[in-house]
Amino acid sequence: MNEYNFAYLDEQTKRMIRRAILKGLAIPGYQVPFASREMPMPYGWGTGGVQVSAATLVPEDRMKVIDQGADDTTNAVSIRKFFERTAGVETTEETGRATLIQTRHRIPEETLTEDQILVYQVPIPEPLRFLEPRETETRKMHALEEYGLMHVKLYEDISQHGAIATAYAYPVKVEGRYVMDPSPIPKFDNPKMEMAAIQLFGAGREQRIYALPPWCEVVSLDFEDHPFEPSKAEHDCDLCGAGDSYLDEVIVDDAGGRMFVCSDTDYCRGRRAAGHVGAQGVPYEEGAA
Amino acid sequence: MHTEALTGGFGDAPVDAARAFRGAMNAMARPGRIEDLAGAVPPAPLSVAAGVLVLTLCDAETPVYLAGDFDAPAVREWITFHTGAPFAGPGPEGAMFALGTWEALGPLEAYPVGTPEYPDRSTTLIVEMSELVAEGAVLRGPGIRETARLSLPEVAAFQRNASAFPLGLDFFFTCGDRVAALPRTTKVEG
Repeated sequence: MNEYNFAYLDEQTKRMIRRAILKGLAIPGYQVPFASREMPMPYGWGTGGVQVSAATLVPEDRMKVIDQGADDTTNAVSIRKFFERTAGVETTEETGRATLIQTRHRIPEETLTEDQILVYQVPIPEPLRFLEPRETETRKMHALEEYGLMHVKLYEDISQHGAIATAYAYPVKVEGRYVMDPSPIPKFDNPKMEMAAIQLFGAGREQRIYALPPWCEVVSLDFEDHPFEPSKAEHDCDLCGAGDSYLDEVIVDDAGGRMFVCSDTDYCRGRRAAGHVGAQGVPYEEGAA
Repeated sequence: MHTEALTGGFGDAPVDAARAFRGAMNAMARPGRIEDLAGAVPPAPLSVAAGVLVLTLCDAETPVYLAGDFDAPAVREWITFHTGAPFAGPGPEGAMFALGTWEALGPLEAYPVGTPEYPDRSTTLIVEMSELVAEGAVLRGPGIRETARLSLPEVAAFQRNASAFPLGLDFFFTCGDRVAALPRTTKVEG
């Protein structure tokens, strides 16, 4: 064993977070205030997600951490190491094998099951914050279900750009009641939020936890004549050829060369291992980068 | 204080509480689903599941209301020793958790249901049941793909509770080592 309490946090803190998670699940989309703790990482690195994960983990869990879909970025690697050390849990990069997935700004391409939990890192939990900076006012707006301002914002998008230009953190309405920020996931991921897994959202700096139980109604805000459209780059993945996954555009040289690759690294690796090859891909070799 | 109050707590609190919370969370996220809880041996009339919920969720910050027969010295001493939770009545400034049988806990109007700004500031009731099976009232709502069934003590009270959404009470039902939950979002039909 190591010198940490299981999953780093002390028991009283975990109880406080657990009570907030239960109320969050009972009031889907409502932001429950909680007494966020200082974590051994800076705000913006997922302190909210880490606290929710710490309060939810059991020793039998297999944990996956992704940052913008990737398992191998600094943020994902350091959080995975943090829980390997402090909770002694097994970790994995395979979506299908994971029981708890902490994510920054993506939902995995592979459909999640009811045996999995998805924990989101959230920077700004309040969807109305950039429209109304005062917490006292946004709280009243949620209480009164006064969401006209959000529709005005989307309408201004249409009047300026001809379409709703919001591409990420696209606001949703939960169970016909609370407007919720889905965290900065691309709007491509919004339709996946009606899923079999429990979804928990943690915002450390802003001290809010919210949640979606499985199969909760999650509707992206739109207008009858401008319906919501999940969008992605008009391309197939250049490594695995997937036409249905969310893509990152990668600059590959200083002469304008670029390629589109799956943002979900595990999904891409799985497809390549199964023999799919994209336009710029090479056949998959075990152990190759 | 009797020495019985000193026993029956979690053997390995961080891990036992983590496993218990996963059960409680799965129950609350999927109304009607029955989960098993283990790790505590509370004094009668508390069931194992109710005792585990108390150890997992209650501490000095959460006033607890013991209704009817549950307000017994053995129960008070056990909860005080293991959690440090203060005791309170059901009123508006009262308990965050309430424990008892359905008959003893009522009427539900006594409990805080939260405010429009803070609907989370409502009591969670832990209802001790003589039977808990996936039969009876039909449940619909978040966490349930189509329908679920649960042997609820009655129907009308939960319909009234759901109609006040987003305000309302949330319920755990315990029987032996089993637990199920009913949040305010669930629509109940008899």
